Amino acid sequence: MRNILAIIERELRAYFSSPIAYVVLTIFVFLSGLFFRTILSQVLQMGLMAAMQAQQLGPRPMDMPGMISRGFLSTMSVILLFMIPMITMGLFSEEKKRGTIELLLTAPLTDVQVVLGKFLAAGTFFLIMLGLTWVPMSILYLYGSPASGPILTAYLGLLLYGLAIIAIGLFISTLTENQIIAAVISFGAIMMLWLVDVLASNAESGSKDVLTYLSILSHLDDFMKGVLSTSHVIFYLSLMLVALFMTYRSIDSLRWRG
Amino acid sequence: MIKVENLTKRYAAKTAIEAVSFEVQKGEILGFLGPNGAGKTTTMRIITGFMPASGGTVRVDGFDVFDTPLEVRRRIGYLPESPPLYPEMNVTGYLRFVAKIKGVPKDRIDSEVKRVMDRVSITDVKERIIAKLSKGYKQRVGIAQALLGDPPVLILDEPTIGLDPKQILEVRELIKGLAGNHTVVLSTHILPEVEQTCHRVIIIDRGRIVAVDTPQNLRFQLQGAERIFVEVAGPAGEVLAKLRATPGVINVRELNAQNGQHRFQIEGQLHKDIRSDLARVVVQSGWGLLELQSASMSLEDIFLKLTTAEEVEKSSN
Repeated sequence: MRNILAIIERELRAYFSSPIAYVVLTIFVFLSGLFFRTILSQVLQMGLMAAMQAQQLGPRPMDMPGMISRGFLSTMSVILLFMIPMITMGLFSEEKKRGTIELLLTAPLTDVQVVLGKFLAAGTFFLIMLGLTWVPMSILYLYGSPASGPILTAYLGLLLYGLAIIAIGLFISTLTENQIIAAVISFGAIMMLWLVDVLASNAESGSKDVLTYLSILSHLDDFMKGVLSTSHVIFYLSLMLVALFMTYRSIDSLRWRG
Repeated sequence: MIKVENLTKRYAAKTAIEAVSFEVQKGEILGFLGPNGAGKTTTMRIITGFMPASGGTVRVDGFDVFDTPLEVRRRIGYLPESPPLYPEMNVTGYLRFVAKIKGVPKDRIDSEVKRVMDRVSITDVKERIIAKLSKGYKQRVGIAQALLGDPPVLILDEPTIGLDPKQILEVRELIKGLAGNHTVVLSTHILPEVEQTCHRVIIIDRGRIVAVDTPQNLRFQLQGAERIFVEVAGPAGEVLAKLRATPGVINVRELNAQNGQHRFQIEGQLHKDIRSDLARVVVQSGWGLLELQSASMSLEDIFLKLTTAEEVEKSSN
């Protein structure tokens, strides 16, 4: 445990002593603010129209804070898809490039400790990003009273989704010495997992189910609606574990190939 | 302290080292001498557990490197060919990190970091960012990292590379000072370096050990003596005795054994070809003569590839 903590601490220090952390966080905060504002004005407009209709057809209840948070957090899931490869790209590729991988793999550490340390470091950074979405989200609580249940499940969904993507990025980072290549391949791989949804819409009924199941974003829908379903939790957890296991195997094969 | 037996590493296309066997006693400084690409780094990487061997075994302090890698790694301080440094960290922060992953107890980390910094004289740059250090300082931070936790075995891959002449002397003195309490294996392609620091030298070329000797004898070899390798299938003790008794033979040493096949290194008098005599002795005794090779020429070739003069290295800095 102490070994894992040492690796996490070093990685977090590395994030914040390079410009990457600041660039990623700044752009993330900027984009989340921008999208929040856009979604807010859209929902307000819809609210205005609903109010006008209500005069003719009678009042219909409308959960405005819920609509805003749902729209906003769904958008965040797409932005994270672009951001996470930036925080995983260097995790192993930089170690390989600098030769420090030789230090990690000859220290009295197990490969599992190395992989978990890196994974949890990126996970911690991701938590900081999620935390920053509370800057716009707090507005909902300041000026309204949103139902906390769906927001809680939405964050749980985002957390599981983010950790799964991080594990994929971590694995891809072991494959190359070049962090730009790692970022691009991770990005491509995650996009593929996202876009199988599009393929699914044209597919036949049998393969359609499989493709829909594989789509990394479709599993978020229920979380966003406030539904906590085990099958989605299992999907993200298994995706994460498979990617972590592949990372572990990749490090092992690194030793064999030298 | 270190026992290497029949170590072999094969890649898809080539064999990096083949049937390398040697032992290092506690407190000894062993030099690995060979041209670039001879297999020095590969051997060291296998001993430290960075990569597994294709065949053969390595034991450090009785622990097998493949079966009990963590026990072995706890006992080894390793300086890879390029020092494994994180450029964005400062020297103290880096050494504290290495101390932590090496399992130095929490309350001893500060004193341990201070100790190794004093040892390699880098205390004056302890707050500096590693990226901004000169090559010599970086190399010394790398050595400091290997010394953390006071491991009984030190594996140093080209420890003086990139240093200026004064620093080279300092590092050599440092390594000599480690002997006794530490077992040191260092690699180099500079002949005078092993003469000055090592108790024993292994010369390796194209993945095979071609000579094991003291630096003094090596110098003698360089001046010329016949060296012959013989591989015989037969009882080791008898073969050894008969070979020794052959006229013209100065010394015989067994290099390694595999399935009853024994490989010997024979030193013969200069300018006297004893190969036919050796062949006769083996065949007449009814043993199998598997290989007979004169190595004098190849040894010379290797020396030619080595940096034999310190001046060359200095001028390149």
